[in-house]
Amino acid sequence: MTKPRVKLPESAKVGEVIEVKTLISHVMETGQRKDPEGKTIPRNIINTFTAAFAGTEVFKAEMHPGISANPYLSFYMKVPGPGEFEFAWTDDGGKKIVEKIKLNVT
Amino acid sequence: MLRHMLQGWIDAGRILYKKRLQMRRTVHVRRPHRLSRRAFAIGAGAALTVAALPGRPLLAQDQPQAWEQALRKILGDAKPIEGKIAVELPEIAENGNTVPFTIAVDSPMTEKDHVKAIHIIATSNPQPGVATFRLSPLSGKAAVASRMRLQRTQDVIVIAELSDGRFLSAKRPVKVTIGGCGG
Repeated sequence: MTKPRVKLPESAKVGEVIEVKTLISHVMETGQRKDPEGKTIPRNIINTFTAAFAGTEVFKAEMHPGISANPYLSFYMKVPGPGEFEFAWTDDGGKKIVEKIKLNVT
Repeated sequence: MLRHMLQGWIDAGRILYKKRLQMRRTVHVRRPHRLSRRAFAIGAGAALTVAALPGRPLLAQDQPQAWEQALRKILGDAKPIEGKIAVELPEIAENGNTVPFTIAVDSPMTEKDHVKAIHIIATSNPQPGVATFRLSPLSGKAAVASRMRLQRTQDVIVIAELSDGRFLSAKRPVKVTIGGCGG
């Protein structure tokens, strides 16, 4: 997992519904593939993604091996007021990447 | 005269001998494994008993498919209502490794009436559950987008779980040119 990419609108008004797009690089190994020696490559996927705004969870994705490598996610949020996003990606190995981005509320 | 009679007896004997040979051959063809009639009858009886045993499916196909189990886990005993879900999926996916999708549910997303979750099931994937997205009135709009893997041509089922306990459903067939899932 490397540094994720998040796309937010430049600015948003209170009560406005905004789209949030996130992208992170991850192999999303399904656990179905075999290496050249015939041994199963162990599963390692990002199983959970959460998005919180001003300390409240606004979106959660529970992912299974059916989600493609380098998972892209798009979802919406109704802006409750000024605040900061906290995005978190957790994989099977217990690795967690957290990204915090302030939303420009006008 | 005597000679003729003798010849006649000999001929008759030959014919009988041939007939017996033929009968033996027929018997061999009918019972190639030299099963006695009784043993065969017992075996057939046993086979019939096994086939008639209730609750013991003979073929794996008789058991509920993995996707049906996944669906049951989400729905419980509830019956989903078809419609109110807009699913954007390619009709033909060239690469099953990344099939883009957008799902939008027609919902006011208020405290009283909103979509709690959107579930995706790929009916012919080794693991049919693709993802579950959890939403709330804070979402403002019940829509998500991502990319999924599809192993082969199949139906994709989308279930929307509503705040009042009801379920909506939608089904889309997707043709897959090159399968995903690294099979």
